[in-house]
Amino acid sequence: MSEIEGPPQGHPARRVLITGLASYWGGRLAQALEAFAEIEAIVGVDTRDPTRELERTEYVKVSNQHSLIARIVRAARIDTVIDTRLVVDSTTTGRRQAHENNVIGTMNVLAACSGPSSPVRKFIFKSSAHVYGCEQDDPAFFTEGMSRSHRPSTAIERDVVEAEASVVDFATKQPEVDVTVLRCANVLGPDVQTAFSRMFSLPLVPMVLGFDPRLQFVHEDDVVHALEHAAISRVPGVYNVAADGVLALSEVIGLLGKRPAPLLPPWGTGLLAGPLRSLGLRIPDEMLNQLRFGRGIDNRRYKASGFEYGATSRETVTSYAEHLRLHPILRGIEGSYTYEGEVERFLRRSPLTRPPSPAADDRSGTEKEPFGI
Amino acid sequence: MAPRRTSLAPPVPSSPEAEGNAELALDVSERERMRALLPAVEPDRQLNDWGRSERVERVFDATLVEFFYRYWFRCEVEGVENVPAEGGALLVSNHSGALPPDAAMIGKAIRDEHPDPRPLYMTVEHFFKGYPGFSTLLPKIGCVPAHPANVHRLLFDERQLVLVFPEGRKGTEKLIKDRYRVQRFGRGGFVEAAMRAQAQLVPVCVVGAEEAAPVFAQSKLMQRLTGLLYFPITPTFPWLGPAGMLGYLPAKFRIRFLDPIDTTRMGSEPAEDKALVQSVAQEVRARIQEGLHEMVGKRKSVWLG
Repeated sequence: MSEIEGPPQGHPARRVLITGLASYWGGRLAQALEAFAEIEAIVGVDTRDPTRELERTEYVKVSNQHSLIARIVRAARIDTVIDTRLVVDSTTTGRRQAHENNVIGTMNVLAACSGPSSPVRKFIFKSSAHVYGCEQDDPAFFTEGMSRSHRPSTAIERDVVEAEASVVDFATKQPEVDVTVLRCANVLGPDVQTAFSRMFSLPLVPMVLGFDPRLQFVHEDDVVHALEHAAISRVPGVYNVAADGVLALSEVIGLLGKRPAPLLPPWGTGLLAGPLRSLGLRIPDEMLNQLRFGRGIDNRRYKASGFEYGATSRETVTSYAEHLRLHPILRGIEGSYTYEGEVERFLRRSPLTRPPSPAADDRSGTEKEPFGI
Repeated sequence: MAPRRTSLAPPVPSSPEAEGNAELALDVSERERMRALLPAVEPDRQLNDWGRSERVERVFDATLVEFFYRYWFRCEVEGVENVPAEGGALLVSNHSGALPPDAAMIGKAIRDEHPDPRPLYMTVEHFFKGYPGFSTLLPKIGCVPAHPANVHRLLFDERQLVLVFPEGRKGTEKLIKDRYRVQRFGRGGFVEAAMRAQAQLVPVCVVGAEEAAPVFAQSKLMQRLTGLLYFPITPTFPWLGPAGMLGYLPAKFRIRFLDPIDTTRMGSEPAEDKALVQSVAQEVRARIQEGLHEMVGKRKSVWLG
C-alpha cells in the first residue's frame, strides 16, 4: 500500500462500488478514483450503460434490486459504497421515475449494504441542498445542523428529504459504517447539465420581477473532488458542499455578460412555469423559490475536514461564462463515447492487451480534464 | 492547518485533545477555527455574501439618507463612542413609525460621527424578503432578515454591528398616543443571541422618530386586502400612495447610545439561563425607557428640539 492514506482509525477505500455509473457524477468519480493506486477495485452499477470511457472500472448492468446489489457487494468484498444516483432536476426525469430512483433506489442500495454479513464499512451519499428547501423565513446561511423550516412543497425536495432520512436511519442502525452525506449546492461547469446552466445559456436570463435572490454555486470538478475526499479520508457526518461566496442573481448575469429579463411575475410564478416549460424555458418547480428567495449554505464544516475548493462561486460562474463563449467554437471536438461491452471486455480480459496501469503519473491528470476524456 | 484540495495530501490532523475537561476551551478554539474558514472577501465583487452593495449604499447615503439626517431630522447624536470599534456588538433600539426612519438614521450616525465607522446590519422582518422590490433593495443597503442564525453569524463569525428592534411589529404598529412607551421586548431572543455570540449589547434611544411618522390608526381591513404587514393611517399614507410611507414630518431627532453591556462576563453559558436572559432583557428595556423619559422631558419642542 502506498504511504498516502487516510487517518489510521478510518477505513480508506480499497474496493469501491459506485452506484449510478452512467450518471454524470458516477462516471466522473469512477474516472477520478481510477487514478488512485491504493484503490484496488472499482465496480460501477447502473441500469444504463456508462457514458464515460473507463479504464479499469468494472461495469455491471443491474436494476435497483437490493438482492442483486447485495450479492455484488459481498462477492466483490466491497468496503466503500458511493451513491451518486440522486436526481435533482425534475425537468430531466419524470416524477415517478425520479421517485423510483431517489427514494426506492436509495432504500435498495442501503438494504444491500446492511446486514451482519455486509463487508461495507463506508457509505457516501451525494445529496443536495434541496434538503433545506427555500423559503422566505430561511436563514441566510444553512448549516448542517439546521433542518428545513417548512414541509417540502415540490416532488424533488420531498424525494431528497426522504432519501436522506433513510440514509440517517441506516447510519444509526449500522454504527460500524462511516456514513458521509454531501449536500451539494447548485452545480455549474462546462460539462454538467443542470437547470441553472440551462437557464444561464439563454440569451436573456429570466428573473422574477422585483427579486434578486442570493445564489451559491459549486464547480463540477469540486463536487468530484469532494466525493473523492470522502472516499479517501475518514469524514463521517453531514457536510455542505458549496463554493465560497454567495452571489446575487443580477451579479451572476453581469459576470456571464448577459442581460436580465425580469419577465416572471412575482405572484403566480408557479402557474406560469407550466406554459413556459412547453415553450422551451424549462424552469423546474424546485428552482422557482430559489429564483425568489435564493439560498446560501455554510461550507465551513467540509473545509474544516481538510477539503479545499478549487473555485469560488464567482470563479465558477466566470469559468462557465468562458465555456459559453467557447462552446460554439469547440462544439463537437471532444467527441462522444459509446459503451460497447465486447470492446470493454476485450480491453480488460484479453491476454493480448496490456493490463491498465494505475500509475502515479496519471494522478495529476485527474485535476484537469475539461472534456472528461 | 492548511486545507487541501484533494485527498492526495497527508492526512488531516484529528483533534486528539477532544476528551477530558478541556471541552469548553476546545469548543471556543473550534469556533475560532470555524471563523478562520469564513469565505475570503473577493475584491472584484461589488456585493458581499449578504447581498450588501457598497455602491447602492453610497448612493443612498449621499442622497436620501443625507438629506433626512442633516436637514430634515437634524439628527443630534450622543455617546456614539459607546459603539465598540471592533468585535461583534448588538445595538438595541426603540422602534416606531410606519416605515421607520430610525434604523437608517442610526446607521448614518455611526458612519458620520463614529471615529472608526463600521457598516451596520439592520434586521428586518422576513416579510420584506417575499415582497417584490423590497426584496431586491433591502439587502443591498444592509438589511438582513431577522433570523437568530443570521444575527449569530454576523455577531460571532463576522464580528459586525447589528441593529435589532426587539419591539418588532409591536413597535411599528404602535399608535401616536402610545409614543415613547417601549413595548414588550419579545422573548429576549436578542439577549440570547448576544450571549451566544459573546457580543456587547448597546442600548440606543431614539427620540423624534415617533413624531416623524405618526400612526393615527391601523386598518385591519386594508391590511388583509393588501396583504401588507400592517396598514397604518399616517398624515401622508395612504393618501399619497406608497410614497406617502416616506412622508416624514420634520421632527427633531436625538439619538443616544447608552453604555454597552458586556455579555462575556455573565458566566460560561449565560444563554442557557432563562432567568438571566429575561432579567438582562428587562434591564436593557428599562435603560432605554429611562433614557427616553429623560430626553423627552428635556425636549422643549418636538420640531426644534
